[in-house]
Amino acid sequence: MRIVVQEAPFDLGSETAQFAAGHRGMGAVVTFTGVVRDTDAGDLQVMEIEHYPGMTERALTEIAEEAQRRWSLGDVLVIHRHGSLRPGEMIMMVATAAPHRKDAFEAAEFLMDYLKSRAPFWKREITGAGAAWVAAREEDEDALERW
Amino acid sequence: MNVLYFAWVRERIGLPREEVESAAETVSELVDELVAREDRYAAAFADRSALRVAIDQELSDFDAPLKGAREVAFFPPMTGG
Repeated sequence: MRIVVQEAPFDLGSETAQFAAGHRGMGAVVTFTGVVRDTDAGDLQVMEIEHYPGMTERALTEIAEEAQRRWSLGDVLVIHRHGSLRPGEMIMMVATAAPHRKDAFEAAEFLMDYLKSRAPFWKREITGAGAAWVAAREEDEDALERW
Repeated sequence: MNVLYFAWVRERIGLPREEVESAAETVSELVDELVAREDRYAAAFADRSALRVAIDQELSDFDAPLKGAREVAFFPPMTGG
């Protein structure tokens, strides 16, 4: 299991290749990548991501450990960035390796659902109109209920 | 104890962290003490249902006891991913 919280960009290709290469018994590797999405108006200049150093790593580790308890996984990778990002930049990725794809897909979805509303990150959008904190969505909280 | 604020809670209070001397037994009592201090705290804590709290970096709630707590953090619902 590897948990990384960093400001710098990450290389999706090499991270995925490195993650997938480390296993023999894993028939499935699933990755998800979160990308900074422009506003509907198309005027997003910067997305700032604040986090709670210490608690962030701890929360991500707990979420990944829970995924490992619930599914048959060979490995888990979570990379999440903070700082100032522009539209189109990759914010985060998760990767799961499992003997079979169902576990890998489900665990990746579980990781995403949990880290959206249980890992201490806060997004702030800077547009031509000013700066605004992104509000948490009720459906993100509801998404946890299916697990 | 160390009290930390994040996102718009930090902005309303005007600082990211502070050392607070408090005899509060629960998170709610600590918030009551802070709110009584100055308007900026009252503004930040006006709607407690819009806030989350962590004690020693674990999510908790406003009824939780503070005994032994070293670090208490207040922030809005998280928006990771």
